[in-house]
Amino acid sequence: DIDGVGHKYHLELVLEDVLDRDATVNCTAEVLYHLGNQNIAPDVQFTLEGELKNTDDADNIFYNRIKSLEKELVAENIPDSHGNVSPEMEPIRLLAWVASGYVIWQNSTENTKFQLAQIKRVKQVKRSDEYLEFDYMILLHEMVSQEVIPWQMTVLWRPQHGVQVTQ
Amino acid sequence: DQVLHIVPETFQQVQHLQHLCSTLLLDLWKPLLPEDIWAGENLHIRVPAPLVQEVKDSLDQHMISYKVLIPDVQELVDQSMPRERSSHRQVPEGYVYTEYHPMEEIYQWMTQIQKSNSELVTQHYLGKTIENRTMYYLQISQPSDKTKKIIWMDCGIHAREWISPAFCQWFVKEILQNYQSDPKISRFLQNLDLYVLPVLNIDGYIYSWEKDRLWRKNRSPHMNGTCYGTDLNRNFNSSWGSIGVSYNCSSEIFCGSGPESEPETRAVAQLIERKKSDILCYLTIHSYGQYILTPYGSTTKPPSNSEELMHVAEKAAAALMGKHGTSYEVGSTALILYSNSGSSRDWAHMIGIPFSYTFELRDKGTHGFVLPSDQIQPTCEETM
Repeated sequence: DIDGVGHKYHLELVLEDVLDRDATVNCTAEVLYHLGNQNIAPDVQFTLEGELKNTDDADNIFYNRIKSLEKELVAENIPDSHGNVSPEMEPIRLLAWVASGYVIWQNSTENTKFQLAQIKRVKQVKRSDEYLEFDYMILLHEMVSQEVIPWQMTVLWRPQHGVQVTQ
Repeated sequence: DQVLHIVPETFQQVQHLQHLCSTLLLDLWKPLLPEDIWAGENLHIRVPAPLVQEVKDSLDQHMISYKVLIPDVQELVDQSMPRERSSHRQVPEGYVYTEYHPMEEIYQWMTQIQKSNSELVTQHYLGKTIENRTMYYLQISQPSDKTKKIIWMDCGIHAREWISPAFCQWFVKEILQNYQSDPKISRFLQNLDLYVLPVLNIDGYIYSWEKDRLWRKNRSPHMNGTCYGTDLNRNFNSSWGSIGVSYNCSSEIFCGSGPESEPETRAVAQLIERKKSDILCYLTIHSYGQYILTPYGSTTKPPSNSEELMHVAEKAAAALMGKHGTSYEVGSTALILYSNSGSSRDWAHMIGIPFSYTFELRDKGTHGFVLPSDQIQPTCEETM
């Protein structure tokens, strides 16, 4: 408890690669939830004890595939009702995951627990520069209220340049 | 998905097709490899549904003519699966327990299960849903002189948690397939009766198949039909309406107009109330989160038999982990999850059923409610 400021949590956690369960990295973090104003995202400071895997190869394959599409990518319901995701859509889903992480962070309080539930719709937006742009309509599930919240997010990405989210 | 038949005419066309196949990772049925595509030779490619238009546009642009060999691959697959009605086996032939089934199939499955296992299984009427559908539970009971204690398990109180009814069906199948060969199960059945309700919230479940995959509540109309659904797991008479609920119909945790206001709740409550002196254990299956939850949600004050409840739950979690390494957290809802009132598990304990648990099955949020069907088997195996 930090009087007049908020609640600070010190965390020790283990990051696990979703695509390779044996790859783990230890991490320490400090999270500060601000008092009162629920519109400010919590402050997060973290240190990774180790390195994250290099994903250049997979990034480039995906990047080139999308760049060479003749028409902009459009897709719906990822995963489908039965939980299936086609291999072509797997990177699109991973991108949404990362981007939704940012959205979740920006909207989290001590009383929320968000998860990405589903991508309702994704539309690629044509760009003249090197970036890929995707317009996502996602559904976020909030555990405490059990609500499913639709959210629009625009995501920019290119290999080695990370993910940018504009809501 | 569609399968296209193409006969490339020129080398340029061959090149373009090879390019298309490798960048879009299309499924070549004939030939097997892009390098074996030749001008003048038959080419069969399976194109996933979301890419069909794109591929056709691309072919048009390059003046490559094509024919649709198979307009709907899924349809063909479905047709080729035999749907048999056998009453000579213990479990219905052709019923795939590693897939999610719509309500109509589950109704048929119940009838079938009773027919092929009539010495052990009886189907009982429980009540009607708000949309007037019939609720049935299955009683698995080995004939005997003594009155046996009962273990009750219900699944599918929340529509979107598809893995839950899948588990109830799996559970019944496992018991019936193995009660003669597995000494643990046969001893179980000598002393206990099992009551299984495969889908509690039938209307909601159907709605999640037909209209909204992430629907949770039942389908009772409110405010002149402008708003639908009560959260059945907030509707039981256990500190009803006190905490962790909403009084607003538009919320996912709307507790209804009063305790047991919903016919589904009443149907379950009436039966359990009637049999409560014989019920040893009440289990209610949900997803997701990987928890075994003990009472209470409405207060952090521990129940009277809290130590024993925890001990059993911890043993269960350990056994579960032993199967596939999946870890489950154990504890009271109010302490490890969130506060809520009106839950069926709390109510069962409050009326005197000593062992009352909520299971939250896989996963921890990666797929959440939309758990892929290839996880049905491992989830059910470990939970068993």
